[in-house]
Amino acid sequence: MAEKVLLKGNEVMAEAAVQAGCRFFAGYPITPQNEVPEYFSRRLPQVGGVFVQAESEVAAINMVFGAAAAGARAMTSSSSPGVSLKQEGISYIAAAELPCVIANMQRGGPGLGNIRAAQGDYFQSVKGGGHGDYKLIVLAPASLQELYTLTMNAFDWADYYRMPVMILGDGILAQIAEPVELAPYKPILEIASKDYILNGCKGRPSRVVKTLVLDPADGLIAHNEHLQRKYRRIAEEVNLCEEYQTSGAELIVTAYGIPGRIAKAAVRQARKDGLPVGMIRPITLWPFPDAAFAKVIKTARQLLVVEMSHGQMLEDVKLASQCALPTEFLGKGGGWYPTEEIIREKIDSMLNVSGRARK
Amino acid sequence: MDAQSRKMIIAGFGGQGIVLVGNVIARACVIQKKNVVGMVAYGAEMRGGTAYATVVVSDEEIGSPFVDCPDAAIILNQPSLEKFEADLRPNGLIVLNTSMTQRPPRRADLNRIEVDATQIAHELGNLRVANIVALGAFIAKSNLLRMSSIEQGLSELFSSKNPKLIDLNIQALHAGAERSRFCPLKTEQA
Repeated sequence: MAEKVLLKGNEVMAEAAVQAGCRFFAGYPITPQNEVPEYFSRRLPQVGGVFVQAESEVAAINMVFGAAAAGARAMTSSSSPGVSLKQEGISYIAAAELPCVIANMQRGGPGLGNIRAAQGDYFQSVKGGGHGDYKLIVLAPASLQELYTLTMNAFDWADYYRMPVMILGDGILAQIAEPVELAPYKPILEIASKDYILNGCKGRPSRVVKTLVLDPADGLIAHNEHLQRKYRRIAEEVNLCEEYQTSGAELIVTAYGIPGRIAKAAVRQARKDGLPVGMIRPITLWPFPDAAFAKVIKTARQLLVVEMSHGQMLEDVKLASQCALPTEFLGKGGGWYPTEEIIREKIDSMLNVSGRARK
Repeated sequence: MDAQSRKMIIAGFGGQGIVLVGNVIARACVIQKKNVVGMVAYGAEMRGGTAYATVVVSDEEIGSPFVDCPDAAIILNQPSLEKFEADLRPNGLIVLNTSMTQRPPRRADLNRIEVDATQIAHELGNLRVANIVALGAFIAKSNLLRMSSIEQGLSELFSSKNPKLIDLNIQALHAGAERSRFCPLKTEQA
């Protein structure tokens, strides 16, 4: 195995982006993602890229809109309140079918909230935080190695499907340091040359990038149908989750991101102690890994959802499992995090209850 | 938690090199191919305020990056002793900088290593290596990492910052290790 280096999550993400060919970053400072712009400000000039500390989050996302329209691999990052400000721009970029990567290292909300880690922006990310019928591919890494790989993949998916891709992390993923193998970038998809970008129309017909569709009268209906066809295709083609010890498991614990890795450790220990527990950790939050849940509802008896929020992914788990199993929830927002012990207590209590019920 | 996993906390005033100690331990873990997750308390931190860093080391895949109940603590000042003593797990290891703390630990179950780290650093000619003196004492007693890995970690870290400081830091490391010989652990007393 190659050498590993010790980096912070924010730095890992920025380095992966540079490796993947990101040459434009615009952002505005906010804790806990400040090392992202800091890293890009040093690194992008070394590779001929452009770093802009924008005057606001709104300006930053619109600069990314422009850079993407001009054909650059472009990125912005922020944390919860800042990402709320970007929503208008995200909707526009989705409408214009331009590729970009947006990172949200979530903090406590609502409002200005606090700077501790949280997962309260799931709905905003997965259900469309801006206006209109659009989707983002939403990625939820649980370790820095996974963050590194998924950031690179994010640029490929963004270019391939011509849409914004969101990396949904949290303040802990952003701030921890872990050893990471900085493997060279290898595209996971064959990406066609960008025949839609605005790079000077000398010798070819001019192109227009726009999101206002007034003419013809039903043009926007057709555009929406086109987008929906694209989203259905993505739902079939992009679908990642980690399934751990699910076979023979009576209880399936599910969590994403940092709670996902904490849940896995709790499940690992519970299995060592002979309890029939497994885990599904969604890695793509949209598209949601429905198939993994469709599979376990035939074998498991109960579900437990753990989130650093008051239950948002919970709704997608219920949809994916067709409400076929009793589903319990463990979670709080505002900076709370689950420990391996508290998840284990919940596992124990759920298995005991079901044990009594069967008798 | 499994025996292979070690959780620790390093705490003191901002400016005492808390983050640096966490960083050196984590680098030594990378050198020894162990899994490690390091974290620095972030927030409205300032020089002179309380700062702390946490490190989780394991031979297995690491679950939680959080350290609520550390196996070991390196405590460089009095406010950190007040703040973290109660959190240590039963029979945990506490390394105390006696130059900057006013009392011994209250808990009788703890394994304690008391080192006048700031005084030793003063004798070495640079107060700022008190953190490394304490680290030396910890490494000598904890069996977690090899002294040579810590030396390599220090060299890596300072070669980009200020190579002139490598020797001083390694001296401080060994001075701390030497002093820790006078602090037998409970297992050694038995």
